[in-house]
Amino acid sequence: MRQNFASPRVGGMVALALVIALLPVGLSNNYFYDVAILVGLNAIVCVGLNLLIGYAGQISLGHAGFYGLGAYGSAILSSRYGWPPLLSMLSATLVVAALAFVVGRPILRLKGHYLAMATLGLGVIIFMVIATEDKLTGGPDGMSVVAFKIGSFALREAQLWYWVVGALLLAAVWLALNLIDSPAGRALRALHGSEVGAEVLGIDAARHKLMVFVISAVFASVAGSLNAHFSGFITPSKVTFLHSIELVTMVVFGGMASTFGAVVGAAALTVLPQFLTVLKDYEMMVFGALMMGTMIFMPRGVVPSLARLFAPRRRPEGERKPGSEGAA
Amino acid sequence: MSLLRVENLSKEFGGVHAVEGLNYEIQPGAVHSIIGPNGAGKTTLLNMLTGVYIPSDGRIIFEEHDLTGLAPFEYAAHGIARTFQNLQVFFNMSALENVMVGRYLHERCGLASALLRFPRLARAERACRDEAAELMRYVGLQDYLSTASTAMPYGALKRLEIARALATQPRLILLDEPAAGLNPTEALDLDVLIGRLTERGITVVLVEHNMRLVMGVSDHILVLDYGRKLAEGAAAAVRNDPRVIEAYLGSSVASDGAAASAGSAASAASAASAASGGGQADLRGTSH
Amino acid sequence: MSAQFMPQFMQYLLSGLTVGAIYALVALGFSIIFNASHVINFAQGEFVMIGGMATVSLSAAEVPLGLAIPLAVAAVVLVGLALEKFAVEPARGASVITLIIITIGASIFLRGLATLVWDKQLHVLKAFSGDAPIAVAGATLLPQSLWVFGITLAIVLALSWFFGRTLLGKAMLATSHNRLAAQLVGINVRHVLLLSYGMSAALGAIAGILIAPISFTTYDVGVMLGLKGFAAAILGGLGSGVGAVVGGIVLGVAESMSAGYVSSAYKDAIALVITLAVLFFMPSGLFGKRGGERV
Repeated sequence: MRQNFASPRVGGMVALALVIALLPVGLSNNYFYDVAILVGLNAIVCVGLNLLIGYAGQISLGHAGFYGLGAYGSAILSSRYGWPPLLSMLSATLVVAALAFVVGRPILRLKGHYLAMATLGLGVIIFMVIATEDKLTGGPDGMSVVAFKIGSFALREAQLWYWVVGALLLAAVWLALNLIDSPAGRALRALHGSEVGAEVLGIDAARHKLMVFVISAVFASVAGSLNAHFSGFITPSKVTFLHSIELVTMVVFGGMASTFGAVVGAAALTVLPQFLTVLKDYEMMVFGALMMGTMIFMPRGVVPSLARLFAPRRRPEGERKPGSEGAA
Repeated sequence: MSLLRVENLSKEFGGVHAVEGLNYEIQPGAVHSIIGPNGAGKTTLLNMLTGVYIPSDGRIIFEEHDLTGLAPFEYAAHGIARTFQNLQVFFNMSALENVMVGRYLHERCGLASALLRFPRLARAERACRDEAAELMRYVGLQDYLSTASTAMPYGALKRLEIARALATQPRLILLDEPAAGLNPTEALDLDVLIGRLTERGITVVLVEHNMRLVMGVSDHILVLDYGRKLAEGAAAAVRNDPRVIEAYLGSSVASDGAAASAGSAASAASAASAASGGGQADLRGTSH
Repeated sequence: MSAQFMPQFMQYLLSGLTVGAIYALVALGFSIIFNASHVINFAQGEFVMIGGMATVSLSAAEVPLGLAIPLAVAAVVLVGLALEKFAVEPARGASVITLIIITIGASIFLRGLATLVWDKQLHVLKAFSGDAPIAVAGATLLPQSLWVFGITLAIVLALSWFFGRTLLGKAMLATSHNRLAAQLVGINVRHVLLLSYGMSAALGAIAGILIAPISFTTYDVGVMLGLKGFAAAILGGLGSGVGAVVGGIVLGVAESMSAGYVSSAYKDAIALVITLAVLFFMPSGLFGKRGGERV
């Protein structure tokens, strides 16, 4: 595949970079910056989560746990023990990666609903630990977090955060695009298509699932750490089961197995609740109805559905459902 | 020296012996067919020979390595590839990508290299793509080079699995009912393809119900019945073996379920006609 | 062993059995829907919540319990049927993840609805037959626990009769084993699906009503109860009726014991840790079918 601007890799990256570069023109005050930064951080989580769910086909209902460990890990090390924030963040990331590596192997042997239960359980356990160990975490009331500092340079202004998060999002997207187009990424997609089919081609399915599980946990952890330092205060609300669900919904809403879909999903579902607060009492109902509605009417997600609309020639013949055999 | 040897191989499912005490050798360079009525244990044997099932008993020796108990990906790494009776195509990927996955063993790269896409990887990827395209042409899929696998007809998908298996550069390839579901012309073309595989130095094991195909290409035939070896030898000898004819004809009598008997009677009858007269019956089996 | 040990142990056991019975009812609800449609209904906990809340409202409006309870159950059954009809049925054939999100969306929707119909306050239902504790082997038992045991037992017996003896029950089991074959022999699969949601909703509602006098009820009480019920169903093995009951009881007792002897702060976590441990070593749960991949 020649890497020209029409290819999704390069073209998509350029488009995303343009959006990030031009968006500040429309951001009139700090509140909008805050929302945009939140979008970016959620998008980083979703790009990682999409590698796991969309490409490798392994569901996780517990990624808010990794997000929370990254946030609280970095917060505790930097704010309680005075470690430099960057070092705190990296240490928290390492711990999360190690945890994902250790629990990932037994968890990822499970399939379907059992996998959903196990990841859900893991996430809820992490939440309970964070909400209970109030000496370290402040418990349900949360804790304040020091500003992000590298040397003597403190990252405080929302504008500055915006560019940092924007650059990191671009990097995350780039890494994800590279991965899925590599032999390892093809192996992931293959085991999604048929695990036994992939295995007999020499692919160690367990190892690859574990790899992508750890990568997605790391993405979530880094975004969590950044969120803690950016907002200066964290509560366990970002570690709840509901937040895990929100993350998965972003991925599925944007479109599974579409990296840019994950970004769009994160953007849509982060911005939407900001407007829904206007509806106040109806907020939950509208959010729930939207989740149901998109899944019923657009189960492929927004981006792939739109892509199909604009590129109908790609699929000359009728759709065939995987597994349906043409045998007479 | 044999390429693959199984000793006293057995597989039990909840007390039922799908394969029992099988001794069998596969010689390098030849086309070996495994035939037998439905439920004879052919696919179970294939699943054991690729690590998909772990044998209940016995050993599997490939090129003097004991592979018993290894995982499927380790069998692949030793040079054994296969196709599936019910397709295991990666329908979430394009046809070409399916074949590129087959190159996995020969194109592994580190995680850092994959994430950062080092130039060396980018070059290797182009080579991989070219080789995959070459393999698709080799099996006659030149028209599908830029097609989504979901848009391919059944016969082409069967060939796609063969191309994918070839991409692993196997020394032994196991084809599980490659002709099932194909029309007679497509089935006829398989003779040629299988012949070309052996020219590449690949040993072929063929599990098939289409007797015309089996009798046409096989150097050696193993007949299984109720998980046991019924007969084996050269095609001509097996064709005239009274026990084999008996097994095929008798299978409808011994067949268990009333619903299944109609189908297996038909297949037994046409199998017998194919076996004795070399008729054109296209035997599809009743398996899904 | 101290003299305190036995009464204390009994106390934990009794409260564990009580809450375990509730988990069992919720788990049965999960299993019935899972069997009929291979969907995990994440809104199961909301059935529990609405059952409890509706009974609280009705009895606050001076409706006698004997009437309030059937009315509340009927209301929840309607919610369950609507869920099947308007949210699950239109998405038939969708992937597991899609269906999970649909039912989670439904649960959020129902929770939002509950805050509108009721509020976000804690509510309490008065016990069915008083609060005078009964002494059992040195421990005390609330009369409500007896109601929980009795009704759970009656439901389990009724369900095993239904699935084992009646034509309709067998039709439902047949559908769970092979939907197409069931259709071919003339079972109306759509009715079976509707029925399964109705039955699950009823089970959930009853669980919610039974537990309401023991613990408070509020708009989001279904989240944790649903989670525990799901954990119990998984622990026992998805789709297994016996598994759901055993899973629920085991989870309830384990939770109560660990709250008593280990740490009350982590009682919810310990239930999940047990579930995870079982899954790691027995990936199909205690009573689940070992599923092999057919090639």
